[in-house]
Amino acid sequence: MLEFAQPDLWPLTLDRVSLARGGRALLDAVSLTLTPGGVTALIGPNGAGKSLTLRLIAGLIAPDAGSVRWGARAAPAKGAVALVFQRPVLLRRSVAANLDHALSVAGVARRMRPARRAALLALGGLETLADRPARALSGGEAQRLALARALAAQPRLLLLDEPAASLDPAATAAIEALIARVAAQGTTVLLVSHDVGQARRLAGRVVFLHAGRVVEDAPADRALNHPQSPEARAYLAGRLLF
Amino acid sequence: MQDFPSAFSAAFALIFSGDPEFLGIVGLSLSVTLSAVALACLIGMPLGAALAVARFPGRGALVVIVNALMGLPPVVVGLVVYLTLSRSGPLGALGLLYTPAAMIVAQTILVTPIVAALTRQAVADLNAEYDEYLRSLGASRIDTVGTLLWDARFSLVTAALAGFGRASAEVGAVMIVGGNIAHVTRVMTTAIALETSRGRLALALGLGIVLLAISLAVNAAVMAVRTRAQAVGHA
Repeated sequence: MLEFAQPDLWPLTLDRVSLARGGRALLDAVSLTLTPGGVTALIGPNGAGKSLTLRLIAGLIAPDAGSVRWGARAAPAKGAVALVFQRPVLLRRSVAANLDHALSVAGVARRMRPARRAALLALGGLETLADRPARALSGGEAQRLALARALAAQPRLLLLDEPAASLDPAATAAIEALIARVAAQGTTVLLVSHDVGQARRLAGRVVFLHAGRVVEDAPADRALNHPQSPEARAYLAGRLLF
Repeated sequence: MQDFPSAFSAAFALIFSGDPEFLGIVGLSLSVTLSAVALACLIGMPLGAALAVARFPGRGALVVIVNALMGLPPVVVGLVVYLTLSRSGPLGALGLLYTPAAMIVAQTILVTPIVAALTRQAVADLNAEYDEYLRSLGASRIDTVGTLLWDARFSLVTAALAGFGRASAEVGAVMIVGGNIAHVTRVMTTAIALETSRGRLALALGLGIVLLAISLAVNAAVMAVRTRAQAVGHA
């Protein structure tokens, strides 16, 4: 993609970011650099700080110490970064209206919306569900809608928080195929998961987070097959870490 | 003094007779109350939404005050509006006292806190759920409030109906500022109070039955709105 024309997002850097709540350190000097392209998986046990890291990158929360920079910017440009929450927040409207709302907020002109909406419906495999109330969708359908809707603003970085949590295998496969397609079309993806298999299937790079610290950051093959840190080795071996 | 059954039959005869005085009273009641509810919605819904979304010093106190004003005694509102609109009052020059406009003003004051408080509650609940999503979109303040009001639409209809119920049944405020003048400011509730004291029970009872029917219809409408909301997965 045309990185030289987009100096306002890349490289996205977290520099020794720390975050504490109620006297407890949730993130401890996390440093991470994201460059365009590919799928990065952020894995680790529950409570490691994965979702917080996503929220920092989305600009929803600010760090207590350290800094987050989006290229040369101190805040992400509107629409550059999209976030799909673990429990998707669906508006109390139809599937199509959810997409229209995101397109409208993204500043897409009214006459352009029907075509864009149709493209997003097709991408999410939601054509037959367009008029359904979004809140009546099944878990897999809701997640596909949330993902398609996140693409309304044509973000350059897509953040996904446990996109297949509590989905059955068929729904998971549909979501993963969608993520792979989005990534292949040039959107950079950062995926939070505690499913090692999902990271193996999708990611080119794996960042392992444990107790608020980055303990492993390497190409997926190396991080998953030959992890250097004892925490990552223990996690991948299936031992509970605490 | 009539006995109860004959008063009832006379009342029903009156309701279905198309008596112009009777219809005039019902019509004025509806137009005053509907105008007041419309104004209260125009003021109360944006106010409630602002209280739900905005963060400013004194917001908590304002919320408590608005909630407390839901229980405003109608006679006190009537008295305050009367003092304001009476000839020596600050707005006496407008000459509004003992007109339907004064009654609309009084009922608007009565209903606005109800609409605002119920709107605030509904929008605040929704905002707790939508806040992060809307911020992640980079939604503007106007986008945010618009989204919340639209998605709270069923709750807002319920709020408006609650306001309508309160205003249509209220007698103290419209009596004081309207004066219960025949053909000018006589509405159902004030007419019932007067006709009962004069012993014209058929008219009083007929109006009472209409009031009850309106109250039933409003509650049925609330129920229908809730059912509809659940049907579209809104709850």
